[in-house]
Amino acid sequence: MTLDTSGRASPAASSARLIYHTPDVLIDRSTHYCPGCGHGIIHRLLAEVMTEFDLPAHTIAVAPVGCAVFAYDYLDVDFVEAPHGRAPAVATGIRRVRPEAFVLTYQGDGDLAAIGTAEIIHAAARGERITAIFVNNGIYGMTGGQMAPTTLLGQRTTSSPGGRDAALMGYPIRITEMLAQLPGVTYAARGTIADVASIGRLKAMIKRACQVQIEGGGFAIVEALSNCPVGWGMTPEESMEHLKGPVVEAFPVGVIVDRASARARAGAAGSDGRSAQTTGEAGSGQAAGPDGQPNALAESEA
Amino acid sequence: MKSDREIGVRGRRTASELEAGRRSRVLMKGNEAIAEAAVQAGCDAYFGYPITPQAELLEWMARRMLELGRVFVQAESELGAINMALGAAATGARVMVSSSSPGISLMAEAMSYMAGSGTPMVLVNIMRAGPGLGGIGPSQSDYFQATKGHGHGDYHVPVLAPDSIGEAIELTATAFELAENYRTPVMLVADGILGQAMEPVELRFRTPERHAFDWALTGAAGRPARIIKSIDLDPEILEKRNLALQSKYRDIARHEVRWEGWQLDDAEFAIVAYGTAARVARTAIAKARQKGIKVGLFRPITLWPFPERELARLSRHLHGILTVELSSGQMVEDVRLAVEGRCPVAFHGRMGGLVPTPDEVLGALKALRARTERTRSADRKTPPALPPQGHVLTEYDRSEIAPWVHERARRGGRR
Repeated sequence: MTLDTSGRASPAASSARLIYHTPDVLIDRSTHYCPGCGHGIIHRLLAEVMTEFDLPAHTIAVAPVGCAVFAYDYLDVDFVEAPHGRAPAVATGIRRVRPEAFVLTYQGDGDLAAIGTAEIIHAAARGERITAIFVNNGIYGMTGGQMAPTTLLGQRTTSSPGGRDAALMGYPIRITEMLAQLPGVTYAARGTIADVASIGRLKAMIKRACQVQIEGGGFAIVEALSNCPVGWGMTPEESMEHLKGPVVEAFPVGVIVDRASARARAGAAGSDGRSAQTTGEAGSGQAAGPDGQPNALAESEA
Repeated sequence: MKSDREIGVRGRRTASELEAGRRSRVLMKGNEAIAEAAVQAGCDAYFGYPITPQAELLEWMARRMLELGRVFVQAESELGAINMALGAAATGARVMVSSSSPGISLMAEAMSYMAGSGTPMVLVNIMRAGPGLGGIGPSQSDYFQATKGHGHGDYHVPVLAPDSIGEAIELTATAFELAENYRTPVMLVADGILGQAMEPVELRFRTPERHAFDWALTGAAGRPARIIKSIDLDPEILEKRNLALQSKYRDIARHEVRWEGWQLDDAEFAIVAYGTAARVARTAIAKARQKGIKVGLFRPITLWPFPERELARLSRHLHGILTVELSSGQMVEDVRLAVEGRCPVAFHGRMGGLVPTPDEVLGALKALRARTERTRSADRKTPPALPPQGHVLTEYDRSEIAPWVHERARRGGRR
């Protein structure tokens, strides 16, 4: 099949059926991410979803400090750079003065779950109509692989050379579950890029988190468990195995809460299976309860 | 006394009067006047966090902004407030944030980002006494913080310092103009007295003209995507960005210096003071004039850019300068840099939330006059012995030594 440079089928190949091409919003260039890094996959999913919903022309996105600081080099939408951890506050400002815009934040785990804890919790508590993409790879990648709030117990990093010791360094934070408690949060889910099936489910979550904003819901967050082969001291392949094993064990995947869907279900009085299907889209055993409250927090699964 | 409630009621009445006439004379707190001036200047969004002595500003905005269908958010912290402002301002909205000293410290990071990325915003600091949690009394001890960059990196922000509530109203509109014309954050600083005291003010509000911004983030429909950022890992590019920033600062320094002179025509001495200290200085000057001391007031209105050329020119005709501040002596450093030893520069200040009295200032002025007279008539060949090395100069020592240092500098030039 012949393709022109934009990835679209050329007229000469009219007999060929185009089943896939790179979303226009994803800028065609090599990235600064390390080989095997999961950010590329997540950028791609985001670009696909934004294109499917026709969002790029009215998106205002907020870039974090961390590995994704250059997200604006890869996603062709209006971008503002936030100070470390402050993306949810910056997004709040944008949201309030630009009610018509699609507002997106993209943060890592150091950014969101350590230095930016107050900002994310209060943006969620206010129910800000923003979509937050939270990439959790359990490490500070940009600065050379130091311990993050999400680093697993026993995990060796450059700042926990003997492995993370709970007595000295505390426990990993499951911040998405914490956020899910807040009534302002319409949707909270955790997925992973560990394998192709998971990537499909993660895309469905991102799609739902964008849909919530489009439909006027509150705060929506998707945590994407990702890898950091360099920071973890593994090959990309090993890192994916690690992701599927201990990481998913510590951070169970699934939809944690979907209040919009629960409301829709309550409104439809159980006659319409569509909203239930949306909740189950991520295909996990961690669906929200009938009242939209999280019903299976991580402890029971771990 | 439930003064807040009373003021709130008064405020509601005046606010509707304002809508009708936009010009009347009312009794108003500085905090409220600045808030209403921002509202009338077309402020689209206000973000804040409670702190004394600026809480009335936040409370006024809480009521007025929502009344007008504009944006008001009480943030989770000063960090939250200033970063919300960053986001809103990045879309081209007219944005204000206010706080007081400890809260302003928390905002330094985002101010640096906004200076670096050229994001216009107005930040009001109703200064209180520090360091640390300090106290809630009036102070000017954030002068260094305001004028020397506030956060990290090579940057300045224009700093406006009113000395009356009426002027605060005018400078609030000016602050938005400067911010948008130069794409920079702007600070408006006042001490707790200007924020919380009431005085009759003529409400002359001004709405700066709106411009279409070719940088604002509005969604990339029909145009290339825009990025507002301060990062550049390539040193060559980052230096270019810095050079552009410095050239902007030179522009601001050329065109935006504001100051006021009062009774300077025949003056042999000048008091340099801003804000509440300038109000005290006026009273002291009136008293001094009655006693035959020819003294005037030089009042910087822009603390940055500092009116250094104007002060330098003036200092050639003066016997001495007294700087009065509600601090340990911060602006006095800029005064000395501007004066470059052309005349002695003395300092008088109070800290901790105290304000110098006019009599104190008069006393300091008399001491300065006595010192300069002594210096001018004394045998210049026999300077007093310098203190032993390692001795920490007290303000008293400095006032004793300073004239000789200046005199020697002068003679050194002739030798």
